[in-house]
Amino acid sequence: MPFSRNKLRDLLASGLLSLAILAVLLMAWHVATLPAPEPASVATGSGNVAGNNASDEYARLMGQGAKKTDGFPSPAQVGQTIVAQLSDPFYDRGPNDKGIGIQMAHSLGRVGIGFVLALLTALPLGFLIGMSPLWQRAFNPFIQILKPISPLAWMPLALYTIKDSSISGIFVIFICSVWPMLINTAYGVGAVRREWLNVARTLEVSPLRKAFLVILPAAAPTILTGMRISIGIAWLVIVAAEMLVGGTGIGYFVWNEWNNLSLTSVLFAILMIGVVGMLLDFAFASLQRMVTYVE
Amino acid sequence: MAFLEIQQLAKTYPASAGTSTGTSTAAKPVFEQVSFTIERGEFVCIIGHSGCGKTTILNVLAGLEQASAGIVVMDGREINGPSLDRGVVFQGHALMPWMSVADNIGFAVRSRWPAWKPAQVAQQVQKYIDLVGLRGAEHKKPSALSGGMKQRVGIARAFAIEPKMLLLDEPFGALDALTRGVIQDELLRICAATRQTVFMITHDVDEAILLADKILLMSNGPQAVIAEIVNNSMPRQRSRHSIHHDPQYYRIRNHLVDFLVHRSRQIQSGELPRPGQPLQVSPGLIADTPASTAAVASA
Repeated sequence: MPFSRNKLRDLLASGLLSLAILAVLLMAWHVATLPAPEPASVATGSGNVAGNNASDEYARLMGQGAKKTDGFPSPAQVGQTIVAQLSDPFYDRGPNDKGIGIQMAHSLGRVGIGFVLALLTALPLGFLIGMSPLWQRAFNPFIQILKPISPLAWMPLALYTIKDSSISGIFVIFICSVWPMLINTAYGVGAVRREWLNVARTLEVSPLRKAFLVILPAAAPTILTGMRISIGIAWLVIVAAEMLVGGTGIGYFVWNEWNNLSLTSVLFAILMIGVVGMLLDFAFASLQRMVTYVE
Repeated sequence: MAFLEIQQLAKTYPASAGTSTGTSTAAKPVFEQVSFTIERGEFVCIIGHSGCGKTTILNVLAGLEQASAGIVVMDGREINGPSLDRGVVFQGHALMPWMSVADNIGFAVRSRWPAWKPAQVAQQVQKYIDLVGLRGAEHKKPSALSGGMKQRVGIARAFAIEPKMLLLDEPFGALDALTRGVIQDELLRICAATRQTVFMITHDVDEAILLADKILLMSNGPQAVIAEIVNNSMPRQRSRHSIHHDPQYYRIRNHLVDFLVHRSRQIQSGELPRPGQPLQVSPGLIADTPASTAAVASA
């Protein structure tokens, strides 16, 4: 679709503004992480040379040498890490040193499997609840109680019963993504316009055809909304879940780099989590546009 | 036996619980003692004020709603559910917005003839798209169509399944006068060509006179009844452009308007007797005297 000249100008303006904001943020970060000037605080004027030497040595031992920083990486350091990591994303040097691509693939795999399982559960159940007030009332208390539980609260139970950290992670993703999809599917199915259902009735459409050709497309935008919310939550939860269970995945990567005190890698991972989350949301937003209809 | 027979139809909605007036008053039926017949190929319109249960009667004929009493027999078989024998054109066109024009009609055609091959379905769809003059709009979504075009799709969808009877629920209510006239002409032409049996709800007196062979007049609800059955005595070849030159036109029109303005209310309030049987009248044939409508009313 061709942009009008005005729209193009607006896009250009907002893009330039975004770049300016980024530049200001990076500059502030850079200034904040500049090495502090040689401190005068250690060499106080009491004149005890031996004591002074000892504290210098102590300072060196503690890694507080001549170049004094507070340890927070500068933008340049993080930039170097980003380039280094992204230039070789799929290296594998043992359990504690894998490239970001491999870690990301593990996380996305868990999210994908858990999400699809949740979808396969939520869609039929949502249809049932949406089409039958009886089932809706019967399921409602369970949904209301189970929905607000933090998915991580299930983790001990999952680890105990499943006895596999990776599958436990998948279970946690399943349990957190099932609710928005279930509730939205039920709502979408229940809100299908009565006249469309009446058309199907007067045409003596079989239940299966009605479900797939009338109710599903009619409820699809609402269902996709639920899926979009679910994938967002799943991506939030997977990081925390992998921090807990360890082994592989982007969450484990963050935790591992924290244990290495490599804040540059932690910052890099945070950035990657954000980028992938945005891409996931973007993908579901375009899916949503595909099934949305204008009445 | 007539093609469609409706006998002693009544509908009572359960009294809403918890009203301040208490439960002592039993719910009154919306309409009662509704009996009429429709012959094959006949075009019947029903007119009445809002709340007299016209749509409920149509829904009962469509099988979408159950009557509280009475039976409906079409072609020798009792109606007790929706069926492809009866095509419905809904008030709000009720097109599926995610389907194109052709898919909307095709959905109905495939429901009617599940064994048909795609080419056969496409042929039938195209035939009815042409019939309502929508050639060129086959692949448009309903949202890209005007109100009049949407209603034409609704009509094409109902006709395409070749039902034994067509039920139209105020199909032109939402259209502007110009579009309405054009589509009325088209409906008249299609019905004449297909000898379709039609039952239609309308609020428009002129529309009823133009289209209908027989006009059912309902008194106000609750406890509405079919008070009169007006026979349209004008020749069947009517056209919107010349119909008002026929001297019968104004007699029939005055009769209908008088009913809607006065008698429909008076029958409900008891000022006029409730007819046990609907009066059969042909106001178009009554000589033009000022007292003619009054004579009918007191008959």
